[in-house]
Amino acid sequence: MNRRDYLLRKIFFSLVTLAIVVVLNFVLFRVLPGDPVRAVIGRNVRISADTQQALREQFGLDRPVFPDQFLTALGQWSRGNLGVSWSLRKPVGEVLVAKLGNTLLLIGLGQVLSIILGVALGLLAGWKRKTAVDVGALTFSLIAWAIPTFWLGIILLAAGSTWLGLPTGGIVSPSNVGKPLYTVLPDVAHHLILPTLTLTILYMGEYMLIMRSSIMEVLGEDYILTAKAKGMSHWQVLRRHALKNAMLPIVTLIAINLGFTVSGAIYVETVFSYDGLGKMFQTALVKQDYPLLQGAFLLLAVSVILANMLADILYTYLDPRVKAA
Amino acid sequence: MTSLPLLRVRNLSSEFVTTDGTVARALDDVSFDVHPGQTVGLVGESGCGKTTTLLSIMRLLPVSARITSGQVLFNGTDLLGLSEADMRRCRWKELAIVFQGAMNALNPVMTVGEQIREAILLHDLMDSSHATRRVDELLDMVGIAASRRDQYPHQYSGGMRQRAMIAMALACQPSLLFADEPTTALDVMVQAQILELLQKIQKLLGLAVVLVTHDLGVVAEVCDAVVVMYGGKVAENGPVDEVYNHPRHPYTQRLLEAFPDLNRPAGSLATIPGTPPRLNALPPGCRFAPRCHKAFDRCHIEAPVETGLGRGHTAACHLLEKTEAAK
Amino acid sequence: MNPRWTLLKRNLLDFWQTFRRNRMGLVGAFLVLTAVLAAVFAPLLSPYTPTETMRDAGGRALTFAPPSVHAPLGTDDAGRDVWTQLVYGARISLTVGFLAGFIAMFIGSLFGITAGYFGGWVDNLLMRITDVLLVIPDLPLILVLVATVRQLDLKVSPLVILVLVIGLLYWTSTARLIRSQVLSIKERQYVYRARAIGAGNWHIVRRHILPQIMPLIVANTVLILSTAILIESGLAFLGLGDPTQPSWGTMLNFAFDRNAVTNGAWWFYLPPGLAIIWATLGCVLLGNVLEEMLNPRLASHHLEGEQSIVTHPPAPFPAREGGVAKSDGG
Ligand SMILES: Nc1ncnc2c1ncn2[C@@H]1O[C@H](COP(=O)(O)OP(=O)(O)OP(=O)(O)O)[C@@H](O)[C@H]1O
Ligand code: SF4
Ligand SMILES: [Mg+2]
Repeated sequence: MNRRDYLLRKIFFSLVTLAIVVVLNFVLFRVLPGDPVRAVIGRNVRISADTQQALREQFGLDRPVFPDQFLTALGQWSRGNLGVSWSLRKPVGEVLVAKLGNTLLLIGLGQVLSIILGVALGLLAGWKRKTAVDVGALTFSLIAWAIPTFWLGIILLAAGSTWLGLPTGGIVSPSNVGKPLYTVLPDVAHHLILPTLTLTILYMGEYMLIMRSSIMEVLGEDYILTAKAKGMSHWQVLRRHALKNAMLPIVTLIAINLGFTVSGAIYVETVFSYDGLGKMFQTALVKQDYPLLQGAFLLLAVSVILANMLADILYTYLDPRVKAA
Repeated sequence: MTSLPLLRVRNLSSEFVTTDGTVARALDDVSFDVHPGQTVGLVGESGCGKTTTLLSIMRLLPVSARITSGQVLFNGTDLLGLSEADMRRCRWKELAIVFQGAMNALNPVMTVGEQIREAILLHDLMDSSHATRRVDELLDMVGIAASRRDQYPHQYSGGMRQRAMIAMALACQPSLLFADEPTTALDVMVQAQILELLQKIQKLLGLAVVLVTHDLGVVAEVCDAVVVMYGGKVAENGPVDEVYNHPRHPYTQRLLEAFPDLNRPAGSLATIPGTPPRLNALPPGCRFAPRCHKAFDRCHIEAPVETGLGRGHTAACHLLEKTEAAK
Repeated sequence: MNPRWTLLKRNLLDFWQTFRRNRMGLVGAFLVLTAVLAAVFAPLLSPYTPTETMRDAGGRALTFAPPSVHAPLGTDDAGRDVWTQLVYGARISLTVGFLAGFIAMFIGSLFGITAGYFGGWVDNLLMRITDVLLVIPDLPLILVLVATVRQLDLKVSPLVILVLVIGLLYWTSTARLIRSQVLSIKERQYVYRARAIGAGNWHIVRRHILPQIMPLIVANTVLILSTAILIESGLAFLGLGDPTQPSWGTMLNFAFDRNAVTNGAWWFYLPPGLAIIWATLGCVLLGNVLEEMLNPRLASHHLEGEQSIVTHPPAPFPAREGGVAKSDGG
């Protein structure tokens, strides 16, 4: 396929999905709730009817839902104005930005570790199909699949804190807050061990499965037989001919799996009281802080959609079949 | 032929173990010779074991298959007795193969030039810069401009990909080339060009070629000897002139009766009523008996053995054993 | 929506062939069956009710009591028997999971058959919807949906909301699977013949297509159940369950919130998790075996088994043209 067409199609699809998410967000938070004023200012705030009316006008809630209110909301969101959190009394955008870094750190670590381990293990399992390595790897991923993420977190939390003396939660010990970097960094690393381990185990099974089926598919191709006929050893065939072909779908699949990554972060941050977006999402849920919930959803969904689009673009650089033409 | 055979296949038998556990005897007692510089045609209906023969010789069968007996003597060395490492060194350097339906035989994410170069470097034939020059020579030999060296397979047409495969097969100057239906899936014009190219190269390099094809016309035109296979066995084997002028096996006779037939599209064998035997449920006796117009009682009970007919011509049929015995 | 189990399924299918698929299936069936039986016969399995507080002789609640003869899995923070909660929790977990799974299966099959059978814009629309659902992160979407619905004050049990949200979101992979099956069945001879003799669409679907894909639907449903049970446990853990009717996920939510971990009350947080694994694993094992029976997968790849290729008994035969000197083989 022509590369430009391919890119245009992918980008168009991402934009459509983005639009759907935005509309969904608008409908869920502005249209469905009975009283829009309540949705904006909070349920338990006492205000007089006059103030309500004033607010209604201030927020443009007296105007038609569509297109006026929708366009206003759209304008606000695109400027990063996601409303004010009821529970924190701070602008949602500000809260989100503050938590984003922590989450990226946790997810990033978990992803890198699990991709390296999972891809290597999956490669081995697919290559040495039906051997002990394969059985072991598949059993691992089967169990990783059936374990609820949060429960794995709880178990690791209990085991790690009891036997290894690892911290039970947070990012940094309260006593270390404000200390110089060389004291803080080791402490942060210490806090990161258990949540990272949980995420790694969780994602690893996934990448292993992806890599296993991908490599098996590639190893069944004609050009692998050609490479063998050339006199290459299995290892050479694997490294020179199979690896790149097998890794290609991984790029796309990593992106598709991002949604799942986000779920993992919500559970793990909740269990380890890790101060990131996921934990905040859960808090907002419990406190019924709708503006915060809405903002976080918008941010997460948009990030995942954009990451998918990036993966598609990256793919065009990796696969010569799309790259040329 | 007075020269020593380059390749002697002796009583080669292979089988597939299918997923339901039954055994399909894909090759049974296959024997034939290939002399240096000779072109041997391997013909037979689809599924008769042509590809399996080539893969068995190169020891490239899938894991579900195994070679059960026989010898593959290449320059006197039994390839089946080599260690895997020795066999790897022998592949491509001595025996190269162009696969059937080679459309997907090139790696899509590697340039064509790199794939050819890789074969040269793998066998330590020359250093990297010389290898690149050699790639250009090879491409030139098969009629591809050197400027297309750094393109990817998908940028090549079907015919060009097949030419590139041939160039790749020649990379290490093998003494024997297997070409497994090198022209299927190409259009007629291109088919002719590829065959011409093969012939040209064969003459130029003094290469021995085993050409698998469905086209008896091609065999008549290109080959010195022909091996006719049926149901995993060699039915008839001999110099092309001998076999075409005096076909002795009923199967070959049937194939050649319809030849030359200008109405039949090139590249397909004459159709003989009936279907080839299922390899996991072989008929007792001669494998061709259910379809043979000359079959008699003994054919359904006892398998015929290969009978020498002189001048390098052999065939496996009870009718011939009788006449031989009568002599 | 969930590419995870499509993947797991694909790999397991391959794996199953050799590794005693029937025994795996038996294990799966055993796990599922015992879980269902525990749910059905919960009252017979325990002398207590899940809300009953156990007290010592002095009338004080036995909170966080370790396992004993009276409470085989100990008690929770309020002195309630964990074992009793576990078997009653099976009722909630399995009911929610099964109902949600069936809704997803029903919608998925309906859309899959419609898209596959009629093709055209119906098909196109369906595929685009599933594409979109695939990229929107599922957990945040569910959480937001549930939160919104709750805000509407509909006066329905939170469990009903869970069933609906899970059921209405997790049908896409089923739809895709069924669609591709229907597409291939549609091309078969007898369907053409049926159409040629004037059979209506409904008749063809009912008489020719449904019977063919029914086994697939059954196998797929079992797999979807495992997803639904897992998702339910997660949502319940995040506090979206019904506290008055605790499922396994809700139990874990209580255990976590009430510091079972710091109190060392492993008997409170281990069993519900193991129960969830028990049920999900059972469904996956069973579903995969069912599916593998319908859809066996192909043989091998080119780098398998290096040495097994040649079994070489050197057949003695007279070298006719005289012995040729052994070359080094290249
Ligand atoms: N991987 C396999 N597993 C099981 N049986 C196989 C396999 N490959 C080939 N066979 C069987 O071995 C027999 C010989 O196959 P082979 O590919 O050698 O035939 P062929 O003569 O090359 O046919 P064609 O002209 O179609 O290429 C066939 O009957 C086939 O069913
Ligand atoms: S042995 Fe009998 S069946 Fe076989 S080819 Fe000869 S005549 Fe025909
Ligand atoms: Mg073949």
